[in-house]
Amino acid sequence: MPKFTTIDEAVKLIKDGDTIMIGGFLGCGSPLKFCEALSKTGVKDLTLICNDGGFPEGAGPTGQNYGAAWLIANHQIKKIVATHVGINPNIAKQNFDEKTLEVCLIPQGSLAEMIRADGNGLGGVLTPTGVGTLVEDSPYCLGKQTINGRDYLLMAPVHADFALIGCTKTDKAGNCWYGGTTSNFNIVMATAADTVIVEPDEIVEVGEIAPEDVRTFGMLVDYVVK
Amino acid sequence: MDKSEIKGFIAKRVAKELHDGDVVNLGIGLPTLVPNYLPEGVHVTLQAENGTVGAAAAGQYQPEDKFHIVNAGGQPSGIIPGGSFIDSATSFGLIRGGHVAATILGGLEVDQEGSLSNWIIPGKMMPGMGGAMDLLVGAKLVIVAMEHTAKGNPKILKKCTLPYTAVNCVHMIITEMGVMKVTDKGLELVEINPEFTVEQVQAATEAELIISPNLKSMID
Repeated sequence: MPKFTTIDEAVKLIKDGDTIMIGGFLGCGSPLKFCEALSKTGVKDLTLICNDGGFPEGAGPTGQNYGAAWLIANHQIKKIVATHVGINPNIAKQNFDEKTLEVCLIPQGSLAEMIRADGNGLGGVLTPTGVGTLVEDSPYCLGKQTINGRDYLLMAPVHADFALIGCTKTDKAGNCWYGGTTSNFNIVMATAADTVIVEPDEIVEVGEIAPEDVRTFGMLVDYVVK
Repeated sequence: MDKSEIKGFIAKRVAKELHDGDVVNLGIGLPTLVPNYLPEGVHVTLQAENGTVGAAAAGQYQPEDKFHIVNAGGQPSGIIPGGSFIDSATSFGLIRGGHVAATILGGLEVDQEGSLSNWIIPGKMMPGMGGAMDLLVGAKLVIVAMEHTAKGNPKILKKCTLPYTAVNCVHMIITEMGVMKVTDKGLELVEINPEFTVEQVQAATEAELIISPNLKSMID
């Protein structure tokens, strides 16, 4: 059973130098309050694995930093592994100008599978995506193989200390249901970290989420925060 | 044609390549205009890589919930009746697995070998590939829809100079000047906008064009 705690208590679990995954796609499905609270702790030198850097202040639906953007704006990230960082100019600024942020770009479908591979006990992913491109030079690319005449890249599994998950409803057994397009990277990330922290919009009684609608199983969840 | 007319003109021509029932992924910008121009009787299902099969087309929905339903640009979106929401791994499984009939996207450079560059300008800009690399290798039909030149400079080259998004993946290039198919022998100009001559199209193109013996007008 997951522990139920406050966001302010849970953010203390994350220490300098940790590797964190943050679910969401441009903030949609990200644990929004958790990200904001983590930015207030001053924890630093984090490696961040996520689809993107969220919307920076002034660009997203709240007008404030949105999702992972809080941590980038606050210079808490030393390395970001992502698929697209063009929406948040703070990333290019910290990479090109300030040289404080390392950026590692991975194709979106590959990143999803690399995380899934880790969480599903697989040693890597063979994908045709990225063949003939700079992805072949990525530290996450372990080589190239030809299978039935087609070239594939072997991409490494990706693991984190913490997976930070946003969801719409979590029941008291930790089962998660995702509304709309919020499931995105959350589903795979919840399988690929030592500690999984879920921030739901709403906590409901067991039974309110039908068993067949559970997308992240309570057995994977360590903390539910409110 | 002014800029806004050019985009609509290209989108309208792209729309003719789609078939009723196709599952289609549209890139950001110009490609999102394509559904507005679908021929009568042609209905396509839009796949948005962030997690929707049956995404509402731009302008065809009332955004109700900006926090829970977004498109691949992170903007509030909607879903059509019969659509489904999926996670990222499933979404890219559909894409790589060949279940998406067509992808339409823009480019910084495209070359006569059908290779495309659109994700990074080393030392200047590195927005990232997002889902583009997966879409280019997975979609059955890849259409690059873009303006023919950038500030007067050719974008259709013999060989891309920027890092590739994917190699030998583009089937067709549609611009305001013409329609080009990628063939084993090079780029074949199959349709031309009658506002331009073949010489003008070639002058705006670094790659050497093969002029189709059946060269048609882009306009019906």
